[in-house]
Amino acid sequence: MKIINVLNTKAPKSNLQKNGTHNLGIRNSKWLSFPYILWMAGFIIIPLIVIVYYGMTTNDKRITIDNIASILNPINLRALRLALELSLISTIICLVLAYPLAIILRKSKMKNNSFIVMIIILPMWMNFLLRTIAWQNILERTGVINVFLKLLNLPSLNIINTPGAIVLGMVYNFLPFMVLPIYNVLIKIDKDVINAARDLGANGMQTFMKIILPLSLPGVISGITMVFVPSLTTFVISNILGGSKIVLIGNVIEQQFRVGNWHTGSGLSLVLMIFILISMAILSKYDKEGEGSGLW
Amino acid sequence: MVKRFFERFYIGLILVFLYAPIIILIVLSFNSSKSRSKWGGFTLHWYKELFKNQSIMNALYTTLIIAFLSALIATIIGTAAAIAINSMKKTPRTIMIAITNIPMLNADIVTGISLMLLFVALRYTLGFTSVLISHITFNIPYVILSVMPKLKQLNPHTYEAALDLGASPVYAFFRVILPDIFPGVFTGFFLAFTMSLDDFVITHFTKGPSINTLSTKIYTEVRKGIKPEIYALSTLMFITVLLLLIIINRRSADKKEPVRRL
Repeated sequence: MKIINVLNTKAPKSNLQKNGTHNLGIRNSKWLSFPYILWMAGFIIIPLIVIVYYGMTTNDKRITIDNIASILNPINLRALRLALELSLISTIICLVLAYPLAIILRKSKMKNNSFIVMIIILPMWMNFLLRTIAWQNILERTGVINVFLKLLNLPSLNIINTPGAIVLGMVYNFLPFMVLPIYNVLIKIDKDVINAARDLGANGMQTFMKIILPLSLPGVISGITMVFVPSLTTFVISNILGGSKIVLIGNVIEQQFRVGNWHTGSGLSLVLMIFILISMAILSKYDKEGEGSGLW
Repeated sequence: MVKRFFERFYIGLILVFLYAPIIILIVLSFNSSKSRSKWGGFTLHWYKELFKNQSIMNALYTTLIIAFLSALIATIIGTAAAIAINSMKKTPRTIMIAITNIPMLNADIVTGISLMLLFVALRYTLGFTSVLISHITFNIPYVILSVMPKLKQLNPHTYEAALDLGASPVYAFFRVILPDIFPGVFTGFFLAFTMSLDDFVITHFTKGPSINTLSTKIYTEVRKGIKPEIYALSTLMFITVLLLLIIINRRSADKKEPVRRL
């Protein structure tokens, strides 16, 4: 899970801050980055090259595109399409749920905003697999929701092992990653800007559309990436809440590796990486200052 | 007033949504029935059993050791890197930050698979060290991104003053810079520890058959049913962290620093 992206979203900066120098300028400090550079080269860059190599070769080391082309296999294609659909739906639901929440939290003027962050992040301290399993208890035929519905004499719902349950699991697990970046951007919006808009005669709606929404866009974008990428690639949530019949692209890849089909698995991962790269590219468009992909 | 009520109500709904599964898990840890879906009465049995269950205790031990070591090493490498990046010129700095972002934006499954393939290609046996290395890899960015903002707030003149007054660079670092950036370093360590603790996907691919962390142990039990001891353990862990955070929060609320702004 990726909390920091969420905790530190780039804020709309005031001019003063922009002009302020932030170079510590410790002389000859460059060597301090050598361990890091070596580490990243060894364990980030080279592994990515290795996965490309595996994805484009066969067992007997011949170059091929069959592994990548195996995405066109109807089963895999269906898994990819379903994963795209479900992760898109959950991203939209997260956005719809999170934006008003962030606005309300901003208005609440809590003295201690780390308290809000804490409340939203706290659930993550219970193992993510266990939390997802707990949703089985809630959604099951004899689960909490249906017991409740029975008490009210309502017909029972059949949610578990449907795509709906997977969407719910995604929204549940990744909602904090949408709330926090938006909240972080919203609280950093200069109140004077909003007041100025009101003074100049803008009504509530106009202030929102012309001031708050555009300024919060970096947070929205990083929230979208933070929800979309993990939802698209998950295999755990679909495994636990979707039963064995619903297969997402993440499940296909995990399965390929489990049965030892590493080359096919890598090829399919490369396909996934295309979608990840697209999200990264969109994100970096909002990072004009090179300070960390709009996550900062 | 009505609007106010709706706002409260909305926050309440979201909190119920976020905390419902956690309450379920805590309730399950006191359930005397072994089945997840049946309530058999209140018991503390699983809390006693927990400490006798060697395989769970082993997994807990492995998880904590990996979390601690990976967070510690990542903190050292990451803090050093953050200082260097902070004093770089714009272009190398942008490149470094872009590389830092890769493991954060990349899907866990791709990171996990690529690391596993690397270890296999190097004929390195998957096990404790491969998991440790992987965890350090995804932890370093958290440290860098926590330390960087603190470095930006630093007053560069204090360090130079220390040098002018005859301190060696190392001495000046430990006496002048480190105390100022310590909150960031601590946050980085804390986040790294958490990330390592909670990680499943990357561990799943890089662990090999010989070891288990709590996450991977839970995953193998998903199909055959989770042992109730696990609920007890995670309840204990959750409560511990909850108390810790409340204490930290109290403390930082007591001696709240004025927000430093340029």
